[in-house]
Amino acid sequence: MSEAPRAPAADPTPALAQRRLPLLWLLLPLAALGLAIAWLITADPLKNFSNGAPPVESLTFERTILSSDGIRVLVRAGGSQPMSIAQVQVDDAYWQFTQEPAGPLDRGATAWLHIPYPWTLGEAHAINVVTNTGATFAHEIAVAVPTPTRDATSLVSQAMLGLFVGLVPVVIGMMFYPALRGVGRNGMNFLLALTVGLLAFLAVDATAEAFELAGEAAALFQGQAMVVLAAAAAFLLLMAAGRRDGAPTGLALASFIALGIGLHNLGEGLAIGAAFAAGAAGLGSFLVLGFMLHNITEGIGISAPLLKKRPPIWIFAALALLAGGPAVIGLWLGSLAYAPQWSALALAIGAGAIAQVIVEVTAYLMRSDGRGSIALTSPATIAGLVGGSALMYITAMLVKL
Amino acid sequence: MWFRERVSRRGLLWGGLSAAGGSVMLAGGSSLAQSSHSGHGEAAAVSPAIPSDHSSGHGAMTTVGEVDDERNGFDPAKLLTDWETGTVSTLSDGRKLRTFEVEAVDREIEIAPGVMFPAWTYNGRVPGPALRATEGERLRIVFRNLGSHPHSMHFHGIHSARMDGVPGAGLIDPGDEFVYEFDARPFGCHLYHCHALPLKRHIHKGMYGLFVIDPDPALHPEHEEIARSRLLGTPENVQWQEFAMVMNAFDTNFDNENEVYAVNTIAHAYMKRPITIARDRPVRIYLANVIEFDPINSFHLHGNFFDYFEQGTTLTPTLKTVDLITQVQAQRGILEFTYGEHEPGLYMFHPHQSEFTELGWVGMFNVVETVA
Repeated sequence: MSEAPRAPAADPTPALAQRRLPLLWLLLPLAALGLAIAWLITADPLKNFSNGAPPVESLTFERTILSSDGIRVLVRAGGSQPMSIAQVQVDDAYWQFTQEPAGPLDRGATAWLHIPYPWTLGEAHAINVVTNTGATFAHEIAVAVPTPTRDATSLVSQAMLGLFVGLVPVVIGMMFYPALRGVGRNGMNFLLALTVGLLAFLAVDATAEAFELAGEAAALFQGQAMVVLAAAAAFLLLMAAGRRDGAPTGLALASFIALGIGLHNLGEGLAIGAAFAAGAAGLGSFLVLGFMLHNITEGIGISAPLLKKRPPIWIFAALALLAGGPAVIGLWLGSLAYAPQWSALALAIGAGAIAQVIVEVTAYLMRSDGRGSIALTSPATIAGLVGGSALMYITAMLVKL
Repeated sequence: MWFRERVSRRGLLWGGLSAAGGSVMLAGGSSLAQSSHSGHGEAAAVSPAIPSDHSSGHGAMTTVGEVDDERNGFDPAKLLTDWETGTVSTLSDGRKLRTFEVEAVDREIEIAPGVMFPAWTYNGRVPGPALRATEGERLRIVFRNLGSHPHSMHFHGIHSARMDGVPGAGLIDPGDEFVYEFDARPFGCHLYHCHALPLKRHIHKGMYGLFVIDPDPALHPEHEEIARSRLLGTPENVQWQEFAMVMNAFDTNFDNENEVYAVNTIAHAYMKRPITIARDRPVRIYLANVIEFDPINSFHLHGNFFDYFEQGTTLTPTLKTVDLITQVQAQRGILEFTYGEHEPGLYMFHPHQSEFTELGWVGMFNVVETVA
């Protein structure tokens, strides 16, 4: 995908020496780099900077598992040198613990800490890791609840949750399809603009959440840059893939919309699964209802490019699965192998995918309208844009606090 | 304001669904919670990973591993009875002159297993040497600063302004030497510490120690027997099991809060290796508090009561029959008690600030019939 930097291409000259020249220019900087490294290591010319200060240390908590035999946390080291965990405090008390694997942690390495601490259901706990230099790294367990285990019961219940928030609302949204088939030009513009509006909301939402999660990840992942690069890469790849045979329309466009929404739901599912693991406090069933209302619009959006076709029913099933199914997978992965950087990555890719779909749906709108860019400012389009994003915003009020 | 607290929708969903109650979910959730609760008792009670037998006393609440006493250069078990008596000579007027030599040294010490602390020390140990003299002697303390910062020795005692160990009076730069000279009075349990500025940093980095002046029995005819028992080395004194204890703490990440609490520096040292005491001989503890950042410290004895001599400047107790005393920074005193009528066993002692206890300041007396 990304190529290593190369020396600029040489002019096509007949002389052999001239043709070898580019190779030399390639080797020269590499040799200089090698020399610089060798000099740094052997002569240590920067030793004046070693002022006796302890090494920079960084420790990120990536997972927390609460079970009947205590607390397990997965930590990732990010120190300038290998760092050693000396002691562990829980709630301001030194506690027995084991580290796996034992020994100093290299930069980027992870280890599990197992602390047989008798935690209390529904209450908060604070973990504080003390390194051998005396630096401390704190982690808060806001609400202690047992972490779902990898058994069939919890996998099934997570799948049910995923279906309710991912698949069911998309299917319900698609059920508007027959009612929408008869719409005229303005109606079509309205529906496509509605789709763009809801996608715009999702793009903003996914980006914001990706940045938030990236902030929780270990510094060495450079979360902010990762989010931007992943979103841009997803956008460009999907644009290139989608435009291989001209601008996508009809089923192809619907598939891209479903894919974008599916990627977003994968990221959402990862985050929801992580909330399972972290045991965030519950408020009630209206949240699930709110989620369903929120996501119904997605089903309408996927159907919109298909209004001029008459695809078989299995196409709808496949699209619904593509858009809603990833929520289930995300939930499983999120609760079993959660780390903030992976959720951020999934959401960033989702944001890039959604941006691609926004471009394509807008292009489709202009083409199907026949008037080009004038269609974008028609009252029906504006109403759809405002309506779509407003609908998403208002239904999101039910699920955000 | 409430919705600004960022419990995002993913966070609330878990509770949402469990309340919405997929019956599967509810059943799964509650059984998990149950099992976790029943599990706690076992986890706390068994704690199989701690090998020694006294571990059941503190369960899993402990620092993990062992401190390398050899690398530290001092052993908390030996600090208890390691009195520095200096060298004694006789002055022309017949009085005794007692000379101590103390050096300020920068030293990295291990204060809890694996946790290193860049300490400033007197004679390479924290707490510094437990100086012990007798009432009325002339004291001469030769102090050399081999450290990287200006330091001093400020004694809690009676002396002239010139000998006070504050800036301008015995506070010396690295490489310099100063001789503090004054009479040993009043008798009691005192301390010394560095009085360089910033004071907080110089004290909590490790620059403090006990300064005990034993009463001269000849000067206290009304309590001569008691004074004799306090005077180090007399036959009456040998009966006593005397321990030097300095309650200290360390702010390892320098955020003005202590990460490690202890008595005599090493967290949990006397928990992992209890202090052996013979049942039939009385116990006397010279106790001082030097912790920074927390306003108060305390000492609580399990299964027993003690007499307390505030600052040790009296021969009769200032508090009789108590099992808890409190000390602010630099407060100190003498505790006297006996386990003569107890059955042998492990008797805990700790401050009754549970936080300090759980962060390392807790120990055990192992009361035995006879000491080998």
